[in-house]
Amino acid sequence: MSETRAPLVRLAGVGKHYGNIIALQDVSLEVSAGEVVCVLGDNGAGKSTLIKIVSGLHRHDSGTYEVSGEEVRFGSPRDALDRGIATVYQDLAVVPLMPVWRNFFLGSERRRGIGRLDIDFMRRTTKSELLEMGIDLRDVDQPIGTLSGGERQCVAIARAVHFGAKVLILDEPTAALGVKQAGVVLRYIVRARERGLGVIFITHNPHHAYPVGDRFLLLKRGRGIGYHRKDEVTREELTALMAGGAELEQLAHELEGIESGAAEELSAEVKRLGLTDA
Amino acid sequence: MNQTVAQPAQPVKLDERVTRKSPLRRLLGRPEIGALIGALALFVFFGLTADTFLTANAFSTILYASSTFGIMAVSVSLLMIGGEFDLSAGVMVTTSALVASMFSYQFSLNIWVGVAVSLAVTLALGFVNGLLYVKTGLPSFIVTLGTFFMLAGANLGVTKAISDNVATPSISDMSGFSAAKQVFASDLTLFGIQVKITVLWWLAMVAVATWLLLRTRAGNWVFAVGGSAPSARAVGVPVAKTKIALFMGVAFTAWFSGMHLLFAFDSVQSGEGVGNEFFYIICAVIGGCLLTGGYGSAIGAAIGAFIFGMTNKGIVYAEWNPDWFKFFLGAMLLIATVVNLVVRRRAEVSE
Ligand SMILES: Nc1ncnc2c1ncn2[C@@H]1O[C@H](COP(=O)(O)OP(=O)(O)OP(=O)(O)O)[C@@H](O)[C@H]1O
Ligand SMILES: [Mg+2]
Repeated sequence: MSETRAPLVRLAGVGKHYGNIIALQDVSLEVSAGEVVCVLGDNGAGKSTLIKIVSGLHRHDSGTYEVSGEEVRFGSPRDALDRGIATVYQDLAVVPLMPVWRNFFLGSERRRGIGRLDIDFMRRTTKSELLEMGIDLRDVDQPIGTLSGGERQCVAIARAVHFGAKVLILDEPTAALGVKQAGVVLRYIVRARERGLGVIFITHNPHHAYPVGDRFLLLKRGRGIGYHRKDEVTREELTALMAGGAELEQLAHELEGIESGAAEELSAEVKRLGLTDA
Repeated sequence: MNQTVAQPAQPVKLDERVTRKSPLRRLLGRPEIGALIGALALFVFFGLTADTFLTANAFSTILYASSTFGIMAVSVSLLMIGGEFDLSAGVMVTTSALVASMFSYQFSLNIWVGVAVSLAVTLALGFVNGLLYVKTGLPSFIVTLGTFFMLAGANLGVTKAISDNVATPSISDMSGFSAAKQVFASDLTLFGIQVKITVLWWLAMVAVATWLLLRTRAGNWVFAVGGSAPSARAVGVPVAKTKIALFMGVAFTAWFSGMHLLFAFDSVQSGEGVGNEFFYIICAVIGGCLLTGGYGSAIGAAIGAFIFGMTNKGIVYAEWNPDWFKFFLGAMLLIATVVNLVVRRRAEVSE
C-alpha cells in the first residue's frame, strides 16, 4: 500500500447479509483516480448492495473498506459524501414533486447568512451545469418528476460532479434509457474519467460497460466470479460471462420447440460468442 | 434557444412531454389556489344568505375563530408537508394550559414561571412524539394516536388528583396574569374593528412559516423528507432531525394555543381539546397540503383555517342549525382532497 498511492476506494473480502439473506459475500474491488470500474451482474446479483456499502447507506458485515488507504465504516451517506464519494442511485434519489433546482442542491444548499437560501445562485448554477451536459431546460422550477428518465439521470450525475465528487458511483444509469440517451450518459462517464474522477459503473449491459470500462467486476448470487482488466477480456467474453454461456444454450434448446425464429437467433448468438463448446 | 454548448456533446432536445406551463396553469398549480377560490365562493355565499355576515363585528368573530385553529394549522401543515400526522395536537393544547396553570397555582409562583415550564414540558412532548416515530419506525398516525390517548387520560387524571375537580382553579388574581393576558389573549382595535391578538400572532406565524418553507434550507428539507424520505437521506438530509423538529413545531403552537386558552378563560377544562386535532388537519388539507406529504403551503393552511372559521360562524349568522357545521366541514374536506389529487396527478412523474 505504501509503494504507490492508495486507490480512492478499496474493498477487500466484503460481505453483507439482510437478516438470513446473504446478499454479498467476499467481494473485492479497487477504484483509482481516472479509472472506470464496471460492476456487472444479473438481477439480484448484489450490485446495488455493493454500492450501498460504498456510498454509506449500509454497513458491511465482514471484510474491509478503505478510502484513500484509510479504513472506514460510514454511518450515513453524508459521511461518504464528505469524503468525496457521490452516488447516483438506481431510483435516482430525487424528490419528484420538488423543482429541479431544489433537487440539484438538496442536502448541499447554498446559503446567504443563517439558513437563508441563495435561490438566484442555485437557479443559475443548475441551469448552466445542465447546459454543460447538453440539457437545455427551459424551466428549472418544474418538478423534477416531469423530466424524462434520461434528463433526471443527467441531473443526478451533474449534481454529483458539481459537488466535487472524487468517486462517482452510478447504479444502472442506462437501464431505463433509450439508445440515444444512454449514449449521452456513457459519454458523461468518459468525461468524468477524463476529469480524474474514479467511477464505479453498475450495469447489466456489457455493451454499455465495455466501451467505457477499464476494469470489470462480475457478480453472481452475491459472489465475485471474475475481475478483469480491459486488455484481459473481449466484449464477447464479457457477454458470455454475464449471460452464462451454458444457460444461454439451454435456453436456445428450450425455445427450439416453441418458436423457431427466436431459437435460431439465439443459437446464432451462442455461436457468434464462441460458446458452442459450452 | 440560441445558446451554444461548450462541450462537444450534442445537446439533447427536451421531450415534447415537457412543455412550458402558461402563467395561468402555473397559478393553478399553486397548492393554495383551490382553497382561495373556495374561500371567496364561501364568502360570497354567506354574504348573500346571512344578513349580519358582512358586518365588522361578524368579521372579527370569524377572524378570531380562524386564528385559534389557524395557529395550530400552521405547524400541522408543516408537519404534513414533512409527511407526518400528529393526532395528539388537540389534547396537547389542553395539557400545556393545565401545566402552566397548575404549576403556578400549586407552587404560588409568578404566572410567567408556569408559562416557561409549560413551554419546556410541551416541547418535550413534541420531542417524544418525534423520537418515538423515528425510533420505532411506526407510522406517525399510530404513534401519536397512542400519545393522544395517554395525554387525554393524563389531563383528566392529574387534574382531578391535584385540584379535586375536572377544571383548574382560576388564576386571574395571581401575579403576572394581566401581563400574560396582554400577550396571549388581549383585544385590540385595528381600523375600527375589534381584533383579538391571536389574529396578529396567527398572521405572524404564517409569515414566518412561509419564509421558512420557501426561503431556508430547513424548508427545503421539510419538503424533501415528506416527498421522499429515502431520497432525502441519500443526499445527506438529516431526516430524523427534521421530523423531530416538525413534531416540536406542533408542540410549540400547542403551547401557544394553550396559553391563549388559559389567559382567555383563566381556568382550564381538563377534558377539552379532544377532536380538535382533526380540525387542524382539515385546515391543512383544505389549504392544499397533500396527505402523503411533500406538497403544500402555510398560506394554504391559513386560508383553510379561514374557511373553517367562516363556515363555523357563517352557519350561525345564517341562522341555520349549527349541528350541520360538521357536515359541511366534512364535505369540504372531500372536495378539497379531490382537487388536491388532480393537482398532484399533474405534477407527479409522467412515466
Ligand atoms: N433490504 C433488503 N432486505 C432483504 N433482502 C434484500 C434487501 N436488499 C436486497 N436484498 C436481496 O439481496 C440480493 C441482492 O440485491 P441487490 O439489490 O443488491 O441486487 P442487484 O444486483 O442490484 O439487482 P438488480 O439488477 O435487480 O438491481 C437480492 O436477492 C435481494 O433480494
Ligand atoms: Mg440494483
